[in-house]
Amino acid sequence: MFLTISGLAKSFGDNKVLKDINLELDKGEVLSIIGPSGSGKTTLLRCFNGLETPDKGRMSFENGLTIDFGEKASKQSIDTMRKKSAMVFQSYNLFPHKTVLENVIEGPVIVQKEKRANAVERAEALLEKVGLKEKKDFYPHQLSGGQQQRVGIARALALKPELMLFDEPTSALDPELIGEVLTVMKDLAKEKWTMIMVTHEIQFAGEISDQIVFMDGGYIVEHGPPQEVLKAPKQERTKQFLQRILNPV
Amino acid sequence: MAKMFLQSNVLYTITAGMEGWELFRNSLLPMLSGAIQYTIPLTLISFAGGLLLALLTAMMRLAKSRFIQLPAVVYVSAIRGTPLLVQLFIIFYGLPNIGLNIDPFPSAAIAFILNVGAYASEIIRASVLSIPKGQWEAAYTIGMSRGTALRRIILPQSARVSVPPLSNTFISLVKDTSLASLVLVTELFRKAQEIAARTYDFLLLYVEAALIYWVICFLLSLVQTVIERRLDRYVAK
Repeated sequence: MFLTISGLAKSFGDNKVLKDINLELDKGEVLSIIGPSGSGKTTLLRCFNGLETPDKGRMSFENGLTIDFGEKASKQSIDTMRKKSAMVFQSYNLFPHKTVLENVIEGPVIVQKEKRANAVERAEALLEKVGLKEKKDFYPHQLSGGQQQRVGIARALALKPELMLFDEPTSALDPELIGEVLTVMKDLAKEKWTMIMVTHEIQFAGEISDQIVFMDGGYIVEHGPPQEVLKAPKQERTKQFLQRILNPV
Repeated sequence: MAKMFLQSNVLYTITAGMEGWELFRNSLLPMLSGAIQYTIPLTLISFAGGLLLALLTAMMRLAKSRFIQLPAVVYVSAIRGTPLLVQLFIIFYGLPNIGLNIDPFPSAAIAFILNVGAYASEIIRASVLSIPKGQWEAAYTIGMSRGTALRRIILPQSARVSVPPLSNTFISLVKDTSLASLVLVTELFRKAQEIAARTYDFLLLYVEAALIYWVICFLLSLVQTVIERRLDRYVAK
């Protein structure tokens, strides 16, 4: 297993956001987390790269890194874990004072100490992959939401992460711009990137995911391959949720 | 009586009109030299030093540890809670009592640096806090430490936010340097006072000094506009 999570829990004050989360993910798999808002899905995603620190539980990666939260989860081991993954945000969070190209090479050059020329070459290839090579000298505010999010994906890929995290990557987009971002993500899935995403695009999640996790109230309510969770849900809450998402009226 | 008084005033104005122009011209050079020798260097040194101190103070106030925050909080409170003139007098006239004799110019510079440091630190702190949390998070997820994120991502963006209020501080500083005349720095206003003490033309000389301050501040506000435009290039309009 690339990643094994057991007994993960997290509270904000009295509010228990995550309760006993258990998951396994293989290399090259795509896992989608769905569920109503407030179900803890974004918090769970943020735990994977240290934006949130769980109170309890264990995360272990295949090459031996194991973190036991709650005891003495050292800052160093959380840093090591963070460097395995890269995040794509709902609101893009591009650096507005840097051009598209500068956004993409910032991590490789400043953090990973890659040679600038090398990083630029890789960044241009990544921008070509997301269809934005000709926009490399633009500033983020000169781009549409869909374009900004594709830059966000290129910026994450430039870090050569073992795990790509997507936090509702299309939720802030106009409907006609969602497709261009999903297309890029579909390509990544085909290339066998290991991905975890939080999404409301149920149909899309069903197409590209190996596992679907349905969360509600901080628990994993249902978990399995898409054909089971989406097509033949066993739990009443999953059925209700899917019903509301697929037939809103 | 009133008529006589009026007449003498008119008389004064007429003579002043002729001789006044000459006095204006003759005093311009000493006042400008006071500005160039003292007012402007004092402003620039104090602002540069004050900004460095402000940056340090702002970083201390933004630190997580209370022990690091506390000295910064006390410093800002003390400086903002006491008059600049009193601070200046403590440094120049007060410290000699404990054997610390500091020359006029350095005394004034120290007082102004401490002053700018306190006020500007609050501007910098507020501008850092105004940057959305997502920018910090994005910086962390590409692997940056807090320090690197601050230097590469947050401060460049907060610079834009803080230019207008910092320009205010700078322009106030230009004018506050006139207080240095009270600790014997022969800057612009002290020159005006010295000439006025000989000629008794207070109105003319002090208005002249005011005009020179105005011109300096006007030129500075032009510089502010240029800096703002430069920093605005990446902002949606």
